[in-house]
Amino acid sequence: MERSQAQFRRVAHRSGPPITLSFDGVPIRATTGDSVLAALLENGALARRLEFGAEPRAGFCLMGACQDCWVWSAAGGRIRACTTPVSEGMQLFAEPQGMAGAHG
Amino acid sequence: MAEIVIIGAGPAGISAAELLVANGLKPILIDEGTRAGGQGYRRPADDLPLDMTKLMGSEAGRYVALHKRFAALRSQIDYRPQTLVWAIDGQRLHLLRDGRAETLDCDSLLIASGAMDRIAPFPGWTTPGVFTLGGAQVALKDQGCLIGSRVAFLGSSPLLTLAAKQYRAMGAEIAVIADTTPFSTKLAAMPALLGAPRTLLRGLSYMAAALRAGIPMLHGVTPVAVEGDGRVEALVLRDGSGRERRFPCDAIALGYGLKPETQLADLAGAAFAYDPDFRLFLPKIDGFGRARPGLYLAGDGVRIGGADAAEASGALAAHAILADLGRAQDIAMIRPLARRVARLRDFQRGLARAFAWPREQIAALPDSVTLCRCESVTIGEVRTAMAKALGPVEVNRVKAMTRCGMGRCQGRVCGPALQEIVAAGTGQGGEAAGRLRGQAPVKPIALAAAEEPA
Repeated sequence: MERSQAQFRRVAHRSGPPITLSFDGVPIRATTGDSVLAALLENGALARRLEFGAEPRAGFCLMGACQDCWVWSAAGGRIRACTTPVSEGMQLFAEPQGMAGAHG
Repeated sequence: MAEIVIIGAGPAGISAAELLVANGLKPILIDEGTRAGGQGYRRPADDLPLDMTKLMGSEAGRYVALHKRFAALRSQIDYRPQTLVWAIDGQRLHLLRDGRAETLDCDSLLIASGAMDRIAPFPGWTTPGVFTLGGAQVALKDQGCLIGSRVAFLGSSPLLTLAAKQYRAMGAEIAVIADTTPFSTKLAAMPALLGAPRTLLRGLSYMAAALRAGIPMLHGVTPVAVEGDGRVEALVLRDGSGRERRFPCDAIALGYGLKPETQLADLAGAAFAYDPDFRLFLPKIDGFGRARPGLYLAGDGVRIGGADAAEASGALAAHAILADLGRAQDIAMIRPLARRVARLRDFQRGLARAFAWPREQIAALPDSVTLCRCESVTIGEVRTAMAKALGPVEVNRVKAMTRCGMGRCQGRVCGPALQEIVAAGTGQGGEAAGRLRGQAPVKPIALAAAEEPA
């Protein structure tokens, strides 16, 4: 799931405190205020694999309309990565955890 | 006092709220976003150091003015940011905030829901690294990020050159600006664009800037493919002369103009009519934005017109709300607003010709191309379903058979292209293809949140 090359390129850095989250077990460094999607794509991670056929996806509309950037949290819930801010210790996954085949 | 609710804190919603406050009312202003301004005038968080004057260019003054006006207004209205309206039942709104559901009843409802990019699929468009053109701007203004380091701008829209200019100013390399509308078609549409000379000149200046910078700018292209395995490595196009060209890039911004977000208006009971210029079903409104008694629609969420038209149409709708509440309105204030809205929306009809929706290209797409990215439905599956269908073929029937348009985005992305595939298949034109009906919830919500609040 990890990609060596970043997708997003940051051109303005926030002044807030740094935080660390994880995506598929890999630590991701971000700054308070960043969206989850920006944090993932800046670090070369994909957002998710499609439920149908495991096709990779990394979001599309970036404004909360297309719903293509949902990622899974450790608790089993989903979050929309482009409109959800990062928080310290967040554990996120490209695929549902312990709920094989679930989608909605 | 009558309960007035405005949905959407962009230029239309803010202008409407301002006028209502000036008349002694206190509207509720609901917005899904964290900060007011909408998409176009989106304001970065205070801790994100972005030079918005540079980014907004000639629109910087209007951007600053709108946010100043909102700051002055904020304490005089019931402002509810980060609140999703996920269903509307008559005059009752179903809201979701912080995972908590609640209902809100209102007497007058103004929906100013804004717009999103209209998207035409092409081979490879679901590859990570292909984003909407509007999204490319949001990534910049909201997150301080470019969608890539070397970006191709593809589609047909005056916003291609604007976004490319903003990206270049922020240090991106521009691989190509590729427009599917032939240059001759643009020239033919010129007379219709003279109604808004300021906007026309601004558009031409963006083109000139791109040319001066040596950015390849192509017209009349046909998108052929996205190269790359799991990421964008190049965009392949056929140019106007039929020659195949390859542009190495790591991201693609894709957009064919804007499309009103009409799902809430649909649920609120607005009637729709097909607009042959835009090839979209749009809510029916009167000259003030009335859709039915108690329901008003304004801004790009009902007719694409841009920020200036949105402001004026928001004010017009507020005048209508006041008039319908029995407060006499000054016709001398209303007339110039109505003229401005009509002129700017007419200009968009000219733009719809100069930056045409590529319906022939969509109809000619191969079966293998994904049409619905939520449910992974290909164009071939839609064509096969149409061939098998009994009775009249229209988009809702095709949706039921294939799940195209039934996924999480509710057809926001695939809807316009689905309509063209169906229209081409039946040979009966866009209107006969029918309109994808809106369904609640308009955006995914947790099942628990949809239960009636105690």
